[in-house]
Amino acid sequence: MLKAVKRFHGGIHPPTNKSTENHESVEIPAPDRVVIPMRQHIGAECIPTVAKGDHVDVGQVIGESDAALSVPIHASVSGMVEAVRPAPSASGEHIMSVVIKSDGKQTLSPNLAPVTTSDPAEMIKAVRASGIVGLGGAGFPTHFKLTPPPGDHFDVLLINGAECEPYITSDFREMIENPRNVIKGIELVLTMTGIKHAIIGIEDNKQAAIDRLIKAAEDRPAIDVMRLHTRYPQGGEKQLIYAATGRKVGMGKLPSAVGVLVLSVNTVSAIATYFLTGMPLVRRRVTIAGDAIRQEKNVWVPVGISLQKVFEFCGGFQAPPFAVIMGGPMMGVAQFSPENTILKQTNAVLVFSQKSVNTIPESACIRCGRCVEACPMNLLPFEMNQLIRHGRYDEAVELNLLNCIECGCCSYVCPASRYLVQSFRFGKAKVRQLKSASKLKADAEMALKAKGLDDNSKEGIKA
Amino acid sequence: MNDFFLSVGSSPHIKNRQTTQNIMADVLIALSPAVLMALIYFKLPALWLLAACIGVAVLSEYLWNYFMKLPQTVGDLSAVVTGALLALNLSPLTPFWAGAIGSFFAIIIVKMLFGGIGHNFVNPALAARAFLMASWPVQMTTFPGLDAKTGATQLASLKLGNPLPYTSMQLFLGHNGGCLGEVSALALLIGAAYLLIRRVIRWEVPVIFILSTGILTTAFSKQGFMQGDFLLQILSGGLILGACFMANDYTTSPMTRKGKIIYALGCGFMTFVIRSIGGYPEGVSYSILLMNLLVPLLDRWTIPKTFGEEKQHGKKDVKQSA
Repeated sequence: MLKAVKRFHGGIHPPTNKSTENHESVEIPAPDRVVIPMRQHIGAECIPTVAKGDHVDVGQVIGESDAALSVPIHASVSGMVEAVRPAPSASGEHIMSVVIKSDGKQTLSPNLAPVTTSDPAEMIKAVRASGIVGLGGAGFPTHFKLTPPPGDHFDVLLINGAECEPYITSDFREMIENPRNVIKGIELVLTMTGIKHAIIGIEDNKQAAIDRLIKAAEDRPAIDVMRLHTRYPQGGEKQLIYAATGRKVGMGKLPSAVGVLVLSVNTVSAIATYFLTGMPLVRRRVTIAGDAIRQEKNVWVPVGISLQKVFEFCGGFQAPPFAVIMGGPMMGVAQFSPENTILKQTNAVLVFSQKSVNTIPESACIRCGRCVEACPMNLLPFEMNQLIRHGRYDEAVELNLLNCIECGCCSYVCPASRYLVQSFRFGKAKVRQLKSASKLKADAEMALKAKGLDDNSKEGIKA
Repeated sequence: MNDFFLSVGSSPHIKNRQTTQNIMADVLIALSPAVLMALIYFKLPALWLLAACIGVAVLSEYLWNYFMKLPQTVGDLSAVVTGALLALNLSPLTPFWAGAIGSFFAIIIVKMLFGGIGHNFVNPALAARAFLMASWPVQMTTFPGLDAKTGATQLASLKLGNPLPYTSMQLFLGHNGGCLGEVSALALLIGAAYLLIRRVIRWEVPVIFILSTGILTTAFSKQGFMQGDFLLQILSGGLILGACFMANDYTTSPMTRKGKIIYALGCGFMTFVIRSIGGYPEGVSYSILLMNLLVPLLDRWTIPKTFGEEKQHGKKDVKQSA
């Protein structure tokens, strides 16, 4: 077993609340209906390949895109396509979705077959076909990560088993229940990328998982298990890479710039499952927890199931639900409706009563400096917050606003409950907007110049 | 099952229990041993002065918010802290009306006019002390003595070359010269230890401030190089009170660790200069006020390098380590 090489600056120790860590995963019965959005990943939206009235089987492709940064989407239940229409999604947008009415039989698609190729390029293609995205929450297409951008090359595969967010035990349960599958997935990734060394980073409060994986990787010299300090955000990509290798990923850079490929435990395990059985990513383990849900559980759910169905499976509510969070309490997205559906990258759904959620209105910053101490990116949150509130976005960017990972440490420790992360999101969006606006303006001016139009006619065009 | 509303907010959805109010409550708890010692040694005059300072501070902030139609902020207890600190910085012979005027000045002029909590550019209690000192210098520098009604403080005696009224042990445990908050160094240190354990303050400012003052005054004393009395210097006057409770006031001290160190060294140096060269025996409050003014500059000079930007060449590192 390896030990962490470095300790990142800042970070916090929120109560871990891993109340579901000993809850063995259970399978939810197939729901009568699933709503599967055509974009669950970062990248191009898929185009539905089925139409209303079609019959689909489990694992059948229902959405596909030609774009490199995209993955196909598969049916998670067997039955009939009831509608293909835009539906509200977890992110708050309306996204084209395929609604499938289940026939309850869960018949498998006849096209499913194990992957037998050992050619790296073919294997990476297979990963794309499996529909796998980063299952830790980001939803970045995995096949895209497997090929480093030109000029970079990988020398370490880092498996993220930190699971530093409170409540979530989805990765932990995978390491406990399927350690061999995790190791198999790592070996597959090592083969397809040509990386020689893999490190599985696990926080030291998950000793059981560390033991299981050490045992499973006993006769695999290329795979090491690393004990990491328990500190949020240990699982943040840049923090994890720094802790495990001592390398720092610069602002706006990808992990590949320092030769590291980071994948989560569930992601590599899903790759193994696909290669062994041919079953694409149509279901996932979700931690259901929080003080308002009656029975906390780790549940295998089909992608596209509504939150409502999952809540019913967990015995409903024992307290009035105040907030439903998809993901962890530090970085998860608050849901506006129980009709929203679970996506590929949803690792947890937390149901909180009012007392568990921070609802304290913000008061004046007292400049206590706790945010500066807590920031794992070594930023000045209080100062950026002030600048953004005054519309001084350029100055906030000078203070490296764009290096903020939105981990929430600053807001967590702020005694004045300042809306820090919220302001940084707003600031970043504003910066992007201003950038594209100024680019548009520059482009327009170029075009006008090319046409030999003067300022007066420009006014005319604007009007 | 659908008859509920979900609240939607930006992450993070959880927060620790710390609030401005309980930080201020911690400071008050930390000040209580010193307040207790003041009450034991000076009795009723101390009580009146504390009551006048705290009462007027809270009332001023309340009325300001009320008449300016601002959200009421007295609940954050910061006015109580300001009032208590001002009283602890005054001689027990100060008339209570002077304390009241000082409190009003601290809250209204120094704090509220600049935007309230978090926006004052100097420490309100210290600014009020300086204001009172300039306005009523006689009342403000009359201190109780051992036998007679009034007497010289340790540092004043030292400055004039007179025999010292107290031993260092008395300064540490408790004596009745000086301001309310200067009775016992031990009581102040117990409070400071509490704040350190509760992580309300960091060690840098108090430790560096006290040590740098002590070392400089010892090294360059009138008696010759390294001939000064280190213990006497750090135990007397308002040094411990200032270093532990005033200099590290959040709003008026730097945000970064580097800034805090420079700031504390500056405070120590200024105290040394005033005590050794200046005409005034005590120097802590003015040195803190002076350094308060430099905080925006210190903050600007000590902007930390963000993660990953310390070295500009991420790729070089890989080649070295690979």
